Amino acid sequence: MDWTWAVRGLVGGAIIGASASLLLVLSGRVAGISGIVGGLLGAGEERTWRALFVIGLLLGGAVAMLVMPGAFGTAPPVIGIAIAAGLLVGVGTKLGSGCTSGHGVCGLSRLSARSLVATVTFIATGAFAVLAARALGVTS
Amino acid sequence: MSAQAIRRIVALASGLLFGIGLVVGGMTLPSKVVGFLDFTGSWDPTLMFVMGGAVAVHALVYRLVRGRRAPIFAERFHLPARADLDARLILGAAIFGVGWGLGGYCPGPAVTSLVSGQLEVIAFVGAMLGAMWATGVIEARASAAREASSPG
Repeated sequence: MDWTWAVRGLVGGAIIGASASLLLVLSGRVAGISGIVGGLLGAGEERTWRALFVIGLLLGGAVAMLVMPGAFGTAPPVIGIAIAAGLLVGVGTKLGSGCTSGHGVCGLSRLSARSLVATVTFIATGAFAVLAARALGVTS
Repeated sequence: MSAQAIRRIVALASGLLFGIGLVVGGMTLPSKVVGFLDFTGSWDPTLMFVMGGAVAVHALVYRLVRGRRAPIFAERFHLPARADLDARLILGAAIFGVGWGLGGYCPGPAVTSLVSGQLEVIAFVGAMLGAMWATGVIEARASAAREASSPG
């Protein structure tokens, strides 16, 4: 096993945990990305902080691109797969009220049963999708 | 400075930290996400460390503030109130997982990766936003129809 990645994972995770904690302790909000991004599509004054959070994410990405070569990977290789995956992620996170951050990080931290069930479910179907995609030859 | 202005700065700083954390943890590399979900090959546990590190920090902070009546710069905590398990939650999580495994992106890393300018990522995020919007519209119509048909 690659211990460099284990350490990077823990450090990266701790930064994400600190980010979610900042938002909760200071503003009382959950750092669920699908909820924040999805909330931008509706109306209302709640959009401002959500837009600023998304701008922050993009700035984080921009900083990473400057200081860390190889920060971004490429996938999926086929544009049709990328679109299908995006559609499924959009519908699924809207119906399921959250994604890896809202359920997997924030919800699990609160010991939420709903988030635990959601997290186990999306990891299980994600694993199934990886197997199925390989069997059908639709990914690299 | 008003509490609202502070909350806006907090949102920007929190988003910035979140994006950096995702990149440091390798989550903007779809191969690492797919590698985590691939239990049959050479399993890549990085995502588990990312989630573990994030939950360790956030769970500790949550425990510390749980007893407070309100966050520092807002009037109340906006936390999900529901505790019941319903079919919608499980169906949604299941559909999300399939897209996650297929694309190797969940919403946070996908949005953060937009700056790389890759057409595939832009297509993924565009499709995701369109689907979120359409699902919201359909759900609103369905609930309006339910209310219209219910007596009283």
